[in-house]
Amino acid sequence: MNKAIITVVGKDTVGIIAKVCTYLAQRGVNILDISQTIVGGIFNMMMIVDISALSEPFHEMADSLEKLGAEEIGVQIKVQKEEIFDSMHRI
Amino acid sequence: MINFTEVRETNEMIERENLDVRTITMGISLLDCADPSLPALCNKIYEKIHRTAKDLVSVGEEIARDYRIPIVNKRISVTPISLIAGSACRTTEDYVQVAKTLDSVAKDVGVNFIGGFSALVSKSMTPADELLIRSLPQALSQTDIVCASVNVGSTKTGINMDAVRLLGNVIKETAQATADYDSIGCVKLVVFCNAPDDNPFMAGAFHGVTEGDAVLNIGVSGPGVVKTALEKVRGADFETLCETIKKTAFKVTRVGQLVAREASRRLDVPFGIVDLSLAPTPAVGDSVADILCEMGLEYAGAPGTTAALALLNDQVKKGGIMASSYVGGLSGAFIPVSEDQGMIDAVLKGALSIEKLEAMTCVCSVGLDMIAVPGDTKATTISGIIADEMAIGMINQKTTAVRIIPVAGKKAGDHAEFGGLLGHAPIMPVNAFSCDAFVNRGGRIPAPVHSFKN
Repeated sequence: MNKAIITVVGKDTVGIIAKVCTYLAQRGVNILDISQTIVGGIFNMMMIVDISALSEPFHEMADSLEKLGAEEIGVQIKVQKEEIFDSMHRI
Repeated sequence: MINFTEVRETNEMIERENLDVRTITMGISLLDCADPSLPALCNKIYEKIHRTAKDLVSVGEEIARDYRIPIVNKRISVTPISLIAGSACRTTEDYVQVAKTLDSVAKDVGVNFIGGFSALVSKSMTPADELLIRSLPQALSQTDIVCASVNVGSTKTGINMDAVRLLGNVIKETAQATADYDSIGCVKLVVFCNAPDDNPFMAGAFHGVTEGDAVLNIGVSGPGVVKTALEKVRGADFETLCETIKKTAFKVTRVGQLVAREASRRLDVPFGIVDLSLAPTPAVGDSVADILCEMGLEYAGAPGTTAALALLNDQVKKGGIMASSYVGGLSGAFIPVSEDQGMIDAVLKGALSIEKLEAMTCVCSVGLDMIAVPGDTKATTISGIIADEMAIGMINQKTTAVRIIPVAGKKAGDHAEFGGLLGHAPIMPVNAFSCDAFVNRGGRIPAPVHSFKN
């Protein structure tokens, strides 16, 4: 399985998860895990997703998701392949 | 499972703290290109490099996009040219032709630099070596991205003082030949003692004769990441300080290792080593000097600097060695003056002198790097500075290097501008007392005794 990690950070508003999930569903990305908290009005979400069936190149998805966050929702979205976190934080 | 704090830490390292992979350097052997005819030699060199490295830049960019981590430079290192061009090159102009071939193929495949216009003369010079060294002023002024290096000494052989004396003149001539651009030719020339075969960093990279046909070596970086980590442990004791540097170096190196494996797979070229060096850039927040300041020094160069740098260098190695099984190259902290804003500030404040830099090179890689000195500095003085640095490397069994720029027409206190990652440098004053009679003796300094260590 080819996994990526998506983080969403920003001011809480209605429909953040809905918009991100719809976007992912349209591109064949399956969500494996979601954890989410709101601290002091700031929305924090981390998603682990399966990108094996992604319908476009990974970097295009990552760029357009970042853009979606910045321009339409008003939050910061970051997408990274899971390997980079695994290699950095696990021995 | 990975948690949110870890994810955020990685993202911040990349976004705010300048974590990047500094270079992917492809080493290419040119030993099979040797030919007695100069045009045939140049054709073979062009063809082999082009064939082997044509996808290097595109694959580098692909990996950078996929892992969302900048890969700043893509470079090529080749077999020291004096070893393969000896029978084809009869004059310095012939060597310049080879340099131009390297320049054009490097530009055609799109890399930032190509290294290996080099000679290994740690005991003595062949006619081919000497001719290559004498061609350097022309070669470096007539090409843009060719880097040269000369290994003039080693712990096993001693120091070739004839080459050291010759290089004093060659560096002066190179400075003159590129006088219109603040003597930028000298920026592309490194003089080494104990040069490593697998260094991915420029200007000193070459593909050693002990290497295979092609290899990928990766240079990581991350002074900004180390500095930020240390901000969180201000005032803590040395154990905490060391532990923090070690853990950070581990993380940075693992990213390099990941990129190295991926590049090796995509290019189908064996992975060689990860070089752990902390390599600064002129960008604010990407400075080794700032780490020293974060440890508690007012400026780099203050008393305690050598100890702080020794500690930093050792902890970076300890963390990095745990992260990758194949560590090589220079692997230490770089202390170039022009490429590190913190070092530039220290020089401008009067905190840092060439003599203190020399002391610092005893405990870190590489040596006197990117130091601009007055244009009227004598050739013998430059040779003397090189000899001092080579002696440190020879006796301490470590790599040392000198990249010094006698900026034509400028004097101490003036400013030299090299541009881009090469940065800018204040011209540092040089001890003007003569070493003519010492440098002009000729011959070599014998190899040191390998026992009775004190």
